[in-house]
Amino acid sequence: MKYLCLIYSDEQVLHTSPDSPHDSECLAYAQAIQASGRMLAAEPLEPVATATTVRMRNGKLSITDGPFAETKEQLAGFYLIEARDLNEAIQVAGDIPAARVGSVEVRPVRELNVPQ
Amino acid sequence: MTLSGQVEAIYRSESRRVLATLIRVLGDFDLAEEALHEAFFVAVQRWPEDGIPDNPRAWLVSTGRFKAIDRLRRQARFTPLLQEQADTLQAADWSDDDVEDDRLRLIFTCCHPALAPDAQAALTLREICDLSTEQIAHAFLATPATIAQRIVRAKGKIRDAKIPYQVPSRAELPERLDSVLRVIYLVFNEGYTASTGADLTREDLTLEAIRLCRLLMQLLPEPEVMGLLALMLLHESRRPARTSANGELVLLDAQDRGLWDTSLIAEGCNLVEQALSTRRFGPYCLQAAIAAVHAEASSAGETDWRQIIGLYDVLLRAVPSPVIELNRAVAVAMEQGALAGLALVDNLLQRGELQDYHLAHSARGEFCRQLGRFDEARSAYEKALSLTQQAPEKRFIARRLAELNSPRQ
Repeated sequence: MKYLCLIYSDEQVLHTSPDSPHDSECLAYAQAIQASGRMLAAEPLEPVATATTVRMRNGKLSITDGPFAETKEQLAGFYLIEARDLNEAIQVAGDIPAARVGSVEVRPVRELNVPQ
Repeated sequence: MTLSGQVEAIYRSESRRVLATLIRVLGDFDLAEEALHEAFFVAVQRWPEDGIPDNPRAWLVSTGRFKAIDRLRRQARFTPLLQEQADTLQAADWSDDDVEDDRLRLIFTCCHPALAPDAQAALTLREICDLSTEQIAHAFLATPATIAQRIVRAKGKIRDAKIPYQVPSRAELPERLDSVLRVIYLVFNEGYTASTGADLTREDLTLEAIRLCRLLMQLLPEPEVMGLLALMLLHESRRPARTSANGELVLLDAQDRGLWDTSLIAEGCNLVEQALSTRRFGPYCLQAAIAAVHAEASSAGETDWRQIIGLYDVLLRAVPSPVIELNRAVAVAMEQGALAGLALVDNLLQRGELQDYHLAHSARGEFCRQLGRFDEARSAYEKALSLTQQAPEKRFIARRLAELNSPRQ
């Protein structure tokens, strides 16, 4: 059985509350799960300010700034993709079949700030 | 011309080109802006002794690039990642052949649909038109802090979400061009419809929009670019007739056509013909064609309304819109009389989409007035008055209401 674990947080305090994890702790945990053979994929995300929402309606691609904010629709799946830049990511996202009925939020993956 | 005058002239003609190239070379808006200022700072110091270089633009880009690399190296002592960035920049060469493309890259990046529409307009005015945040804030009736924040956020998204600095491919071009044209027309309308006649900065906005569209046409002579330029020129040609001596709004049918700028009309009409002859025209060309028919008529009565209605029909097929239907209804009233216009407007109002649109109610008021149905006219104008916030429009409707209440009626 596969499980998707989604992390929700107020990004204003995600990195600043006394209990906030340091990126090195996140990396260490990810490596531990990896070593246990249970890791499939995990990535931290850039803040919502970098989000773009993509929809495909009647063959026409619509692109809007900002995150997906519709509470009447629910998370249905995810793609983790490699793209040259946002334009390529938007093209791939727009062609996801579910983009014809739902919305796809495109968020860049953040690099963990951990000394090499 | 004095040397400082010459440097100033070079700043005016070249600074946006230099910036556009520096953004490509350095890959970062903020770094490029600092580099641009440092390059001009060095120019002011060096040119009096060394003379102005043969190719000032290439000199400025090259100087700015070295300054940026220096800056990164200085900061690299604290952040090792910057050393890598500086080395990459040092190794990369830049070519001067690409400069016109750089300007297009800048336009398409500032108007990228993944940026919020108001941020697109602010960024375009800041980076391409070189307006200050204060000027942009004044034009959009916002505070400089709000505009500055919009611009910072947009640049942050360009950097963090990796919006590429490139001209879209042929396949993407139509949609991406739409977004650029929308921004230009938004800038134009901000200056045109909100003008109170006393405010010069807002007039500057219409001129900036026209200048930007001219640049775009020079770089990318697509029919819709010509169409938008023509549309704005034809609107602009009527500016002197749009306000009376005491700053009141004058509608098209009452304008003194002798005040229209004939050279703008000639240029606009010429562009419309050119764009229509490509057979690849869209909504901007069609709107420009409608404006051209008005421009060619010596009075409202002499206007070829039949042709205008036909153009609206084509436009409605391309972009269905209740506002365009309302404009068509006004044209129908001019050709077939107020009763025909009223039937169309009532149908539109019944459908509900224009219930809160003041111009729909003032059109109804006007048709009822012409038909002698003064009570209905009065309530329609009252409804229109309650729906508009713009001072000149409010005064215009109030004047119509006063006429209805005067003993002549």
